[in-house]
Amino acid sequence: MSVTPAIELRGIVKRFPGVVANDDVNLTVLPGEVHAIVGENGAGKSTLMKILYGMQRPDEGEIKVNGAAVAFRSPKDAIAAGIGMVHQHFMLAGNLTVLENVILGAEPSRMGRLDLSEARWRIDLMGAQHHATLDADRLVDSLSVGEKQRVEILKVLYRGAKLLILDEPTGVLVPQEVEELFATLRELTAQGVTIVFISHKLHEVLAIADRVTVMRDGTTVTTVQAADVTAAQLAEYMVGSELPSPSTRTTQATEAVELAVEGLGVRGPGERWLVRDVSLQVRRGEIVGIAGVEGNGQAELVEALLGLRRPDTGTVSLGQRDITAWSTRRRREAGIGYVPEDRHARGLLLAAPVWENVMLGRQGAEPFARRGWLRLRAAKAFAAEVLRRFDVRAPDANVPAFALSGGNQQKLIMGREIMGEPQLLVAAHPTRGVDVGAQAAIWEEIRRARDAGLAVLLVSADLDEIIGLSDRLFVMFGGRLVAELDPDDVTPQVLGTHMTGGRQGAA
Amino acid sequence: MKARALIPGAVRVLAPVLAVAVALGVSALALLAIGESPVATFSAMLRYAARLDSVVSILNRAIPLFLSGLAVAVGFRTGLFNIGVEGQYRLAALVAAWAGALVVLPAGVHLVVVVAIGMAVGALWAGLAGLLKVWRGVHEVISTIMLNFVATGLAAYLLAEHFREQAVAGDLQIKTAELPASALMPTLNWALRALGLELRRGSHLQGFLLVCVLAGLGFWLLLSRTRFGFDLRASGLNPEAARASGVDQRRMVVATMLLSGAFAGLVGASQLVGFFHRYTIDFPQGLGFAGIAVALLGRNNPVGIALAALLFGFLDRSAQILDLEDVPKEITTIIQGVIILAVVIAGQIAWRVARRRQAVAVSEQVRRQEAAA
Amino acid sequence: MTALAHRPVPHAAPPPRRRRMRGALLAGLGALLVLSVVARITDSPELLSSGTYGAAFRLAMPIALAGLGGMFAERVGVVNIGLEGMMILGTWAGAWAAWMHGPWWGVAAAVAGGALGGLLHAAATVTFGVDHVVSGVAINILAAGVARFLSVITYHPGSGGGATQSPRIASGTGSASLPLLAGGEIFGWRSPNLLGWIEARGVFYVSDLAALLRGPAETLTWLTAIAVVLVPVSWYVLWRTPLGLRMRGVGEHPVAAESLGVRVFGLKYLGVTVSGALAGLAGAVLVLEFAGIYREGQTGGRGFIALAAVIFGNWRPLGVASAAGLFGYADALQLRSESAVHGLLLFVALLLIGLGVWALARGRRTRALSLGGAGVLFFLWFATTGTVPRQFVFFTPHLVTLLVLTFAAQRLRPPAAAGRVYRRGQLE
Repeated sequence: MSVTPAIELRGIVKRFPGVVANDDVNLTVLPGEVHAIVGENGAGKSTLMKILYGMQRPDEGEIKVNGAAVAFRSPKDAIAAGIGMVHQHFMLAGNLTVLENVILGAEPSRMGRLDLSEARWRIDLMGAQHHATLDADRLVDSLSVGEKQRVEILKVLYRGAKLLILDEPTGVLVPQEVEELFATLRELTAQGVTIVFISHKLHEVLAIADRVTVMRDGTTVTTVQAADVTAAQLAEYMVGSELPSPSTRTTQATEAVELAVEGLGVRGPGERWLVRDVSLQVRRGEIVGIAGVEGNGQAELVEALLGLRRPDTGTVSLGQRDITAWSTRRRREAGIGYVPEDRHARGLLLAAPVWENVMLGRQGAEPFARRGWLRLRAAKAFAAEVLRRFDVRAPDANVPAFALSGGNQQKLIMGREIMGEPQLLVAAHPTRGVDVGAQAAIWEEIRRARDAGLAVLLVSADLDEIIGLSDRLFVMFGGRLVAELDPDDVTPQVLGTHMTGGRQGAA
Repeated sequence: MKARALIPGAVRVLAPVLAVAVALGVSALALLAIGESPVATFSAMLRYAARLDSVVSILNRAIPLFLSGLAVAVGFRTGLFNIGVEGQYRLAALVAAWAGALVVLPAGVHLVVVVAIGMAVGALWAGLAGLLKVWRGVHEVISTIMLNFVATGLAAYLLAEHFREQAVAGDLQIKTAELPASALMPTLNWALRALGLELRRGSHLQGFLLVCVLAGLGFWLLLSRTRFGFDLRASGLNPEAARASGVDQRRMVVATMLLSGAFAGLVGASQLVGFFHRYTIDFPQGLGFAGIAVALLGRNNPVGIALAALLFGFLDRSAQILDLEDVPKEITTIIQGVIILAVVIAGQIAWRVARRRQAVAVSEQVRRQEAAA
Repeated sequence: MTALAHRPVPHAAPPPRRRRMRGALLAGLGALLVLSVVARITDSPELLSSGTYGAAFRLAMPIALAGLGGMFAERVGVVNIGLEGMMILGTWAGAWAAWMHGPWWGVAAAVAGGALGGLLHAAATVTFGVDHVVSGVAINILAAGVARFLSVITYHPGSGGGATQSPRIASGTGSASLPLLAGGEIFGWRSPNLLGWIEARGVFYVSDLAALLRGPAETLTWLTAIAVVLVPVSWYVLWRTPLGLRMRGVGEHPVAAESLGVRVFGLKYLGVTVSGALAGLAGAVLVLEFAGIYREGQTGGRGFIALAAVIFGNWRPLGVASAAGLFGYADALQLRSESAVHGLLLFVALLLIGLGVWALARGRRTRALSLGGAGVLFFLWFATTGTVPRQFVFFTPHLVTLLVLTFAAQRLRPPAAAGRVYRRGQLE
């Protein structure tokens, strides 16, 4: 007997300039089930969900909702078709009450007046039905993260959603809140609501999902029953059976420790620890990599190292000196180079010329300045050298940074940091958005600098990169370093398992 | 407030030129509506302005406008709004006037001391707003506007109660003591004479013009040639990137407000030592707000601000001739108002257009370079 | 099912509306009590006279209206520094129409003039993405110039007006006193002045309360009545209608609102235009109620005081009106009796010390210390001087705003997206 699928995606293709985000994706979601979609960063999950929710249009392929073909032009169409999305980053107005947030845009009214009692009744009812009770008159700002998520769920239910898409919902929750969320989801499915659950935390996925679809490199790899599969097997599907083999090289690492982190902890809102008890060392002449899915504390760790965020516990030392209390400027001047994960937000002055961007981070030091005065000619000459050595495609150093392509911008940043001859380089996702040729060039430069004695801390979600470059490899999950691995012998299962929160050897 | 990018020169002046053109168009319409000929009006204004005494007057009027524009521009370049130049310069002028009349110092020194006091007071008053922002997160727009009013009241109080000169019989005006000659700014009439130009008796070209040149130079040097200036501009372009590069945001806010206030103090000092020689309740008003207009029109750089100050000075001056020609001289205020609104709108449009075009142009150039290689 | 104990969030959830209003009412009555005591001690009956309250009510009117305007704009996420300019347009248009056709035409024209200014501000900020503050400042400058220019071309010599003022306007919008309570007329019969009778008795606190109510109740005009009604109407629109909820949503989180199908641009335009209209109405009050004439500089910075009232009033209509009332009270006092202003110092001192004691009772030591310290300073100021310089009274509203922002900012809740330039389609 066949049941009309709630959602059917056939042959979905979506291209962006330079990358194919979704390539022949096929997905079937049955009504009333919890269907999980797993995959690493860049696997194409978010793009697929945006297509399903009407925020993007597919280039090829068809979508069927309850057996009928649809073409969404905007989220409103998707809402009208009964699809509701609970975003990873909540879209809630903190100064408004729960009630007001839920009904905004779909207000019940009587003769021009808001029918608040009707709204309140409906929300209380929904809340009771789905194990998601909330005081409708509380300000959203005063809610805990778990409660805010409930508001998002109520928002979509209120608009009659029969299919809920939850994008990485447990990333911001503490364990008790996760349990409550799962209870809510079970109540919902008991009432016929279908749930699509995107996550990279495999043990949670297996706890709640009926079926699991794995995505990798923009396409769907397989769909399995949750009961028939283990986390380790899923991890292998996610990561692929082929891992890049690291180039054979002898390690150049010396004994001198450049960076020592001891017990570092960063607290977030509520009770959550974003970084928890992290200790590691990076020696001169070695690349230490931190692998992991984004959102597990890597960004906060990097910020703490750079002095952009104050840690709640722990110490950071550079060479022999304790720099935990040092300002960002002092750290940069002491020789910490930084390749930020978001080059537009933190790495560049887009409206300024290239040569000024080359100075960024070392604008007070030689050769750019002497005793507070800028030395423009030296700066421009240095910039020209960076352009040349790192093959940055730009007419000259005077064009504004926004005019460069993303890959060239990244090469520029990498070039200015490496040519600044730092003691320690902290690089977060250094080849994100960079084409393959530029990527290889950047990797080569990092290796060369490492061979010359640079200590490098590399954070990346790109497995090719992290395994190919690292001398030692850590995995970060849930704010902790959960494993230290040897990149020469790491296997996909082990890596995948650690990245998704499983324990090694668990069946 | 976004700083303007390295846009080819033609595009950079597009916004101000467009704004002036729009303003002329609107005022032409207004003139037609009341039965006056725009051509006749504008040409009368130009002819009047071309006279020597008009040129001198325009330059004199442009002096405080220029300095005020610099004060506001320093803030804008960092991403801060200093709406408080108005209160800062008046308080600065009052205190400098009173303090300067207390003693007599040798000629050059006295002048420098008076100006320095003015700059210090202006800096302090602006620094107050900076501190409030850094310490308690009070937005500088609100705090500087409120401090304007407090400054006005404070100045009125100090003038009436403590800084007042002993009243002479029959003289009802409330004022500070007159500054001794050693504190006054010498005029530049000698330079004009050297050029063979003779001014009418009683009118003079203010010496503070030279200070303006120095101030403009200093502004430019500071912003484009020092590390501090780099940090300042970076904070305005991308505060997050500036932070990551080591700029201490809190110190930057306070330092910028102090600097801005110092320029504001120069505004007050210019009028004090160059023309009025004392502080009264009739001390010029509105220079602070005019500075905002000048900074906007001049796109926050010294050359543009200088040109904008001259334009506004021209409009102020030529208003007088309009009176004689029986044209409402308020047409010039309309022109000024429209210019400001037009320039900010045009600036937005021009910036977006230019950015898109330049990105395309550069990638074109790169492609050509690669093809040639 | 479990209620988890989470760390307290930075903003404490404010108590529901009814409790808040009751608290405010009690606080107001308490303050009046302290004022009664102070007035007796310092022998300053003007602190409590109905004449003062009446003047305060009238003086507060334009600030309250402009403040409501500022509130509406910020509630849709647009900062409106240009209230002063829109008020100027309102005064000019109102005076001209009233002179030509009559007072109610003046009101209509003032509203239209202010709305025009609002529309301009909306176009600049919403469509062109100009920075809100810059646009507001530009409109202030432009409005002043336009008003002057229009005066010159409309009021020719001999008409009674000129570049800086309009001819005198024949009449306002008709004044009256409330019947029964304040001696108004009912169908030609002059009713007893109940409140006046109570006030004249001189009974401690009760008479003072009567005076407080009598002041505004006498010499009400239609225009002020409209203005008073607009306060609850504003509340109703913003908090009890779908339109108002959407407007507030736009001001708090425009991206979320857009994702839910709310027309962000349209509502921003509406909010800012209404803001200008209200500022224009404030201008009408200035012209028709206060001066009977348009005069340059008439607005006197009230547009900025209105901004202060918006902040002080926590972006809520009743708060804005109360703040305006407070500012109006200070204004009225300094016009009527300078010695009374001096008495206010003692009042403020007692109030601060009282708040300090209350903070101490709740265990907040540092706050209690700063409040108590400030109270002591004020007391010393009161004790050692005979008068407060009138120049200081002039900037009372502004100083108070600054102090509120500095020390009590955590309790304020401005609309979250106010001041941010919004581009359509930021959703993805």
